[in-house]
Amino acid sequence: MDSNKNNIGIKLEYEVKKDDFTRAGEASSNIKKVLRQLGIDSDVIRRTAIATYEAEINIVIHSEGGTITVYIKPDRIEMIAEDSGPGIEDVRLAMQEGFSTASNKIRELGFGAGMGLPNMKKYTDEFYIDSQKGGSTTVKMTIYI
Amino acid sequence: MIVKDLVEKFNFKLLTERDGLEKSVDGVYCCDLLSWVMSHAKNNDAWITVQTHVNVVAVASLLNLSCVIIPESIEVDEDTIAKAKKEGIPILSTDLNAYGIFSKFYEAGMR
Ligand SMILES: Nc1ncnc2c1ncn2[C@@H]1O[C@H](COP(=O)(O)OP(=O)(O)OP(=O)(O)O)[C@@H](O)[C@H]1O
Ligand SMILES: [Mg+2]
Repeated sequence: MDSNKNNIGIKLEYEVKKDDFTRAGEASSNIKKVLRQLGIDSDVIRRTAIATYEAEINIVIHSEGGTITVYIKPDRIEMIAEDSGPGIEDVRLAMQEGFSTASNKIRELGFGAGMGLPNMKKYTDEFYIDSQKGGSTTVKMTIYI
Repeated sequence: MIVKDLVEKFNFKLLTERDGLEKSVDGVYCCDLLSWVMSHAKNNDAWITVQTHVNVVAVASLLNLSCVIIPESIEVDEDTIAKAKKEGIPILSTDLNAYGIFSKFYEAGMR
């Protein structure tokens, strides 16, 4: 974790490894702990926890690995999830509730309901996704405090 | 109702330590799809799930769930129990199935 305080807020950055199921959720748990220490409103914490968790799990399951960066600013929380591919072929389809390319093995673990991206959109105030097949996926989200 | 009542009154077996036993149980939620749970479970719900891997602890902790209840005596991974102890998330086990568990809560006045 890398956290540094300055006048624009606090920056938290986490590396997320692919297929690392035992550590999956650690970045979002840490982010939640920091928000709690800062005395942020509990509903904002909950929504941030949901958004970062879903982004983190998607990097673990669907990507080659990436990072989650969070900026805690006086009026909002900005979250950026970025990975190094393989990208999403059809983003509009991926955004639909229930759409998932997760393998059967992954589904047996309870992932792959196709609800992660819809949850991120639902629980944040601003949601933006950029991805191309063969490239990286970037999800940017903002929650206003 | 608090988590301790599930151990003392329902005879659910506590797989973790005493941490979190005083937490309030305000509702019960049952689902095995993690992102569905992420979106629908509420603060202080007791969560019934057949999933037993470590990510269950992350979900319970992120959502402030009161505890995890494993039905039908399904064996729980060592890693999961260790992580739950660390995070203070009680994990309970029972030989009842989900319906049996819900019935216990109903009989105890949660309706
Ligand atoms: N970071 C990513 N890299 C590549 N593909 C992705 C990424 N995130 C999502 N996807 C694609 O979008 C689909 C939908 O994602 P979403 O998070 O909604 O559902 P899921 O991860 O399959 O299941 P759930 O989140 O419910 O466990 C995924 O199945 C996958 O094909
Ligand atoms: Mg997902």
